[in-house]
Amino acid sequence: MDPLDTLQAEAVAEFAAIDDPDLLEQTKARFLGKQGLITERMKALGGMEPEARKVEGARINRVKTAVEDALNARREALREAALARQLAAEALDVSLPGRGTGSGGWHPVTRVRERVCELFAGIGFEVADGPEIETDFFNFTALNTPDDHPARSMHDTFYIEGSDRLLRTHTSPIQVRYMQANRPPLRIVAPGRVYRVDSDATHSPMFHQIEGLWVDRDVSFADLKGVVTQFLQRFFEREDLQVRFRPSFFPFTEPSAEIDMAWGDRWLEIGGCGMVHPNVLRHVDIDPEAFRGFAFGFGIDRLAMLRYGVRDLRLFYENDLRFLREFV
Amino acid sequence: MKFSETWLRQWVSPQGGTEALADLLTMAGLEVESLEPAAPGFSGVVVGEIVAIAPHPDADRLRVCQVACGADKPLTIVCGAPNAALGLKAPLAVVGAKLPGGMEIGTAKMRGVESSGMLCSAKELGVSAEAAGLLELPADAPVGADVRQYLDLADTVIELKLTPNRGDCLSIAGLAREVAALSGERVEAMPLQDPPATHQAVRGVSVESVADCPAYLGRVFTGIDPTARTPLWMRRRIERAGQRCVSLLVDITNYVMLELGQPLHAFDLAHLQGDIRVRRAVAGETLTLLTGSPAALDPSFLVISDANGPQAVAGVMGGAHSAVSDATTAVFLESAHFVPGVIAGRARRLNVSSEAAHRFERGVDPTLPERAMARASQLLVELAGATAGPVTAACAALPPRATVRLREARADAVIGVCLGGKAITGILDRLGLAHQRNGEAWTVTVPPHRFDLAIEEDLIEELVRVHGYQQVPVRAPRASLDMPPRGESVLKLASPAARLALRDYQEVITYSFIDETDETDLHGNPAPVRLANPIARQMAVMRSSLLAGLLGVLRGNVAHRQPRVRIFERGRVFLGLEERAADGTAMQPERLGGLAWGGATDEQWGTPARPVDFFDAKADLEALLAPHALAAEPWAGHAALHPGRAARLYVEGRDIGWIGELHPRHVQAMELGRAPVMFEIDLGALPRVAAREALAPARTPAVRRDLAVVVEEAVQWRQIASAIASPAIDHLTEIVPFDIYRGQGIESGKKSLAIAMTIQDTRKTLTDNEIEAVVNAVVERLASAVGASLRQ
Repeated sequence: MDPLDTLQAEAVAEFAAIDDPDLLEQTKARFLGKQGLITERMKALGGMEPEARKVEGARINRVKTAVEDALNARREALREAALARQLAAEALDVSLPGRGTGSGGWHPVTRVRERVCELFAGIGFEVADGPEIETDFFNFTALNTPDDHPARSMHDTFYIEGSDRLLRTHTSPIQVRYMQANRPPLRIVAPGRVYRVDSDATHSPMFHQIEGLWVDRDVSFADLKGVVTQFLQRFFEREDLQVRFRPSFFPFTEPSAEIDMAWGDRWLEIGGCGMVHPNVLRHVDIDPEAFRGFAFGFGIDRLAMLRYGVRDLRLFYENDLRFLREFV
Repeated sequence: MKFSETWLRQWVSPQGGTEALADLLTMAGLEVESLEPAAPGFSGVVVGEIVAIAPHPDADRLRVCQVACGADKPLTIVCGAPNAALGLKAPLAVVGAKLPGGMEIGTAKMRGVESSGMLCSAKELGVSAEAAGLLELPADAPVGADVRQYLDLADTVIELKLTPNRGDCLSIAGLAREVAALSGERVEAMPLQDPPATHQAVRGVSVESVADCPAYLGRVFTGIDPTARTPLWMRRRIERAGQRCVSLLVDITNYVMLELGQPLHAFDLAHLQGDIRVRRAVAGETLTLLTGSPAALDPSFLVISDANGPQAVAGVMGGAHSAVSDATTAVFLESAHFVPGVIAGRARRLNVSSEAAHRFERGVDPTLPERAMARASQLLVELAGATAGPVTAACAALPPRATVRLREARADAVIGVCLGGKAITGILDRLGLAHQRNGEAWTVTVPPHRFDLAIEEDLIEELVRVHGYQQVPVRAPRASLDMPPRGESVLKLASPAARLALRDYQEVITYSFIDETDETDLHGNPAPVRLANPIARQMAVMRSSLLAGLLGVLRGNVAHRQPRVRIFERGRVFLGLEERAADGTAMQPERLGGLAWGGATDEQWGTPARPVDFFDAKADLEALLAPHALAAEPWAGHAALHPGRAARLYVEGRDIGWIGELHPRHVQAMELGRAPVMFEIDLGALPRVAAREALAPARTPAVRRDLAVVVEEAVQWRQIASAIASPAIDHLTEIVPFDIYRGQGIESGKKSLAIAMTIQDTRKTLTDNEIEAVVNAVVERLASAVGASLRQ
């Protein structure tokens, strides 16, 4: 074999056998360094005839390139191997739980309130609010329920000692306050806490209602049915939900209706509604001949109970974190 | 209101069964709350008569009866009831009978004597919960008749949840009128014979307040048989109406009220002195009511008085003195009309429950008293053997009947559907509303029994009610699409509460009313807003802070062995009743309160466990208030907080709330082990977030320099921060404390603070000299302001 080819074969074989990057660089010096075997041969060219030098030079260059390639390939292979070892060593138990701060959550009643507000925001209802300690005027009188009206006994009212104030028994006073401050057309939903003297598995002395009000030039009972029906279908995400309206009485609406929905094998009362009574509009200086309105109200807690299958209302106010975290 | 279905059907009987009737009522606004069978199902029970009775040969407590039941010969029945007696009529379950509960009757040997059936108690038939021996049937009960039929037990008790506007339906006659209008059936005419006067005894009647009492009829009845008892059919109807039978006289007045809707009152004639006056009470007058409770009267009450003073609160309740008793043989019967305004709320004020007031305050047909008097007279004569005197009447002209205009266009617009003139006329006719049509409008005369038809909308409701709410289309409404305003402040993404939920706090909702001791001891409020009628002592006053509620939730969850509790509540607190703001909420601000207790994080691997502290919670607050900068000042003014670990919080100089650790005294009393960190901010006090003009980040490099200074222990960070902040030092853009060290190398009573400074000029790169000047300025400022020295 030609000694040059032998040299090439020797270098390639030696590189391939080396696993240590430092040793590889030392070995490189033996072949390609300043006094390396291949360098020495190049230096020897100087004493050759021009023709022979040209031929021999080309041969040496070829071998040099091949040896350099082998060296680079080995360097790359060793780097890859080192990286692979590093990666293997750095592997995590990805199944361990994450660290740091967890996430809190919302009370189911708030969750429902926000959903209801969002659904109505979709058709342009603003959210309104009002005080919870109310005056008799806003809670009853302005809602066409004068003193001694039998309808007052429908509400078991909490009164404030030493004053004529009371805890609002419904969210309806908000509509009066809103209409005092804003001119029609107007669309609002008013969610909030309300209070009645009552306490058992389905009644809490404090609970939540959401009231809706739409006053405009041309709204009708048919529109009211449309809004309420669509709301319930969207809220429960059941397009086939059956909703029925049944005549009823509220002093502040005329005509008035109870809202029932088909639930299981029976009708379930879920809210009340009606066309705003002309007296209520007159109380806030809105001409009932020019404007009509409808109002509706739902119990937020009741919607939450049905939506999440909660059977005992008291769970909402016990604030047991084991229960509340189910809604995170 | 409860009533017997068969009683109603005697007046009007629409097609279909009980369910159909219930549905008709419910869908017309007379909500059926319950349907209860008058008795559970049973069969094979007939009227039996004991025609012979002998002791059982082998048992002391049993007797052997021969019971006639319409068959060829009497049956032998063994019976243990103590009231079994010769001649007694009682229900007999014959062989093959099925009793409630599924028991089937066969022949049975009882101590050697064969019994071919069973005599039954009321309990065994399920008609009463009591079982005092056999159910004794009247002497005229036809032997052999089916007991279900005889006692009308196939009846259903219907309970209505009547709305306050439909007082006209608080009687069988009123319901029948309504059912007829809804179903198109006719009401059976009920013949009524007013017995003529057979003696001349009268009581003079004068009405002083004619406006309160436009019609007052009185009639004296004598010769009443005090032993006469209420017939079975009347008892049944009264009891199925949910009322108690008392005595024949009282039962007759109640029965007429249930039948016609007119409350009546019978006074014992022997206990009335002189003439009857209907007048307003005088302040200070009192009356002992039928129930025995005293009534303190004032001129808002109308009374029926005799020579001795008030004998009844008109339309509400009679007095004990003139009440009828088992010994009564003569009565003065009152049948009068009292206007709703003089009755409304009066029973509630006297704290009594009154069927009469319930009707009068809703409105009773003012034309009824005469008819009701005739009906009661008829029953008193027939059933009590009474003889009637002439009727004394004090009647003013009834107010003219109101008329209400009804426009077709208005009805169409309100309902949202065109009914058409013909349909409208038809509905008015069915409801018995007299009307006159002028083109597209009707003038409707309100009948005397309807107190709820005052305006056009009331008539429109009647139209749509009879037409059927379900017939009105369900329509998606149309509206102009004005876009409502939505400021930066109401951005949901950035709401403080939403941020708190993301930072590991769980929302809770606690009652707005709390225990008064919590309000005084924890909230430090000696004069809370008190409820006049709380449902419990622990819910007696309105909260002025969210703190007690959050602590309550913490304690409840600690009791459930929760190791870590992080909660928040958003809600109003109640500071007083003074109200200046137009929207009425100034003294009822909305607050956001939080509490953190337990580990700084959930227990987890790879992180050393440490309890949550003041600064963890402060960081949460800083995060939720961003972009506003939060300033905290030491505050020892809260009764429930650790005086050295509490702060009042300010944003842009405005007081927005507080943060602090619970006072160790409370931590110990509540057995919490460690103090929770709590905070409360007033959401309304937060400045509005305005859109701000964005600054592009500077392209020049920012330089960081660190500085360690030694200061007295008492020096607070805010002193350092404010010393550096004003007047501003050029190019110093931020200072952050990154270490606080006490101990070796630092003199006792002092601490070392390591401060990182960011120095930057937005226009050029600073030279080393310029940077050095900033550092020196800081050092000098701190030396002079807080006596800081550079740490060696």
